[in-house]
Amino acid sequence: MTHTFLQREKRGFRENFIYLLMLLPVLLYFFIFHYLPMTGLILAFKKYNHTGGIFGSPWVGFDNFRFLFISGTIARVTFNTVLYNLVFLITCQFLAVVIAIILNELKSKIIKKGVHSLMFLPYFVSFVVVGAIVYNFFNFEYGMVNTMLRALGKEPVNVYGIPIAWWFIMPFLNIWKWAGYTSVIYLAGVTGIDEQLYEAARIDGATIWQRIRVITIPALKPLIITIILFQLGSILKGQFELFYNVIGNNGQLYNATDVIDTYVFRMLVHNFDIGMGAAAGLYQSLFGLFLILTANYFIKKYQKDYAFF
Amino acid sequence: MKREWDLLLFKTAGTVFVVFIALVCLFPFLLILAGSFTEESAIYKYGYSLIPAKFSFDAYAIILKTPVSIIRAYGVTILVVVTGTSVGLFITAMACYVLSQPDFKYRKIFSFIIYITSIFSGGLIPLYILMVRYLHLKDTIFALILPLFVTAWNIFLLRNFIREVPYSIIESAKIDGANEFTIFMKIVIPLSIPGFITIGLFQALYYWNDWMQAMLYINDKNLYPIQYYLYNMLNSFQSMNSSFLSSGILLPRIPTESIKMAMTVIATGPIVFLFGFAQKYFIKGLTAGSIKG
Repeated sequence: MTHTFLQREKRGFRENFIYLLMLLPVLLYFFIFHYLPMTGLILAFKKYNHTGGIFGSPWVGFDNFRFLFISGTIARVTFNTVLYNLVFLITCQFLAVVIAIILNELKSKIIKKGVHSLMFLPYFVSFVVVGAIVYNFFNFEYGMVNTMLRALGKEPVNVYGIPIAWWFIMPFLNIWKWAGYTSVIYLAGVTGIDEQLYEAARIDGATIWQRIRVITIPALKPLIITIILFQLGSILKGQFELFYNVIGNNGQLYNATDVIDTYVFRMLVHNFDIGMGAAAGLYQSLFGLFLILTANYFIKKYQKDYAFF
Repeated sequence: MKREWDLLLFKTAGTVFVVFIALVCLFPFLLILAGSFTEESAIYKYGYSLIPAKFSFDAYAIILKTPVSIIRAYGVTILVVVTGTSVGLFITAMACYVLSQPDFKYRKIFSFIIYITSIFSGGLIPLYILMVRYLHLKDTIFALILPLFVTAWNIFLLRNFIREVPYSIIESAKIDGANEFTIFMKIVIPLSIPGFITIGLFQALYYWNDWMQAMLYINDKNLYPIQYYLYNMLNSFQSMNSSFLSSGILLPRIPTESIKMAMTVIATGPIVFLFGFAQKYFIKGLTAGSIKG
């Protein structure tokens, strides 16, 4: 035993020197842009002022949190965030699975390819464009919807003044943007199913419904569960860009459409209330971490290979 | 007999259903396209519709009369996409390679350090303050590139591709005396090109469609990327028009409504067209991410 621990580490370091050098840029990046900002989380307990910065601003204890809870802000944005994302998750995944199953059964290459390409189109455009689309549809003066209502001799509607409408419009937009993309993932899962299973089912005289119920859906089940758990883990973030571009700073709709991300963003960009925004952000990070760990626990139970850690 | 009927029923109903969904996906694009070719007065009179009430190229003519700012915005976007994607991908790939080598001793700990950031983060506000106050990156091109530069997710995805390079090749090169960096450049990169294309396309799209970094960090109009340029156009006209309405003054209005749609077409058309051709790589990437896990 001539090698002490220190010597061994030194040798390991020298042998891996080029590796370490190659890893350095990414490590530096993660240090600066991910680890340094974590120190900024203390802002949740401070009243930020520009001269003091992160470290010099005065402490206020739990005041920011107290305000967030008493004013009902936390309850409102958490409710909206969780409920919207649950609806997004269920509607989008369900539709994507249905689409994948149907496309798998269709034999015509032209229909399959054409449908596929068109459904993938919305994935490529930015959410700014989604905002433009919504404007085109629902704008009070010139929007398509009101054009049609006027043509039918009805009174035009100001959709931006009807909070409840957005509980339907937002999931629809979310489906429009993501269903095609998600169905591609499921389609890959469906095409991975052994053809022989289908062949055997055909010989046994199974109807198409039986085939889907007994072969396709069980084969997709692990993938469906995994994707849903993945997304449940990140249910507190998500679709900020959708909400911001569609709703913007429309105060009429805050009660119905304010999610945690939009609240934090507004505190930073419009209200300049850094402490409040940081407190909501810390709440989101911690609650989110808890959800991810829970999701991971279940993924591990059902589908060990897919677990994060 | 019933079986055939069921099958026929399923296929007919299924075809109708997916074609319907595909048309719903396409519809908004057609509406925007139609809006951009409608004469402004027709929009004021009838509103947007699928078939232009009065066909006109005016919106494009007006936009293209003063193209400098659009060209500049496109230039900023292209610069960000190209440098961000290529440099970002290169250092991502180096990390992926190192982290997948069995003879790298600190593999686990560094993977963990990187991995943690995807489940816990400081969030938007601390990053913003760091960028603006401590790194002084406001109104620089770096503010558009760095926040999206390297992600744990890309490292994870690209590693799946790099792992496919047979270790025996790497090992024999090592015996021949090649060092780790040479092996990476001469063997690993050429053998993982499909992975680079796939992940590079995802990353390029991510940069291309980004408007948020510009909203946060860019005040200088000369540094607006195309999406943020569009965002501003859509939103500034909106407030302009409503102030017109509330003041009750009837000024000769510029044709804002058709221009908005034309600008959306100009900002989106090329990318939809280009990425449409690259679709098969996107599909491959999605499959790699979901199946290999």
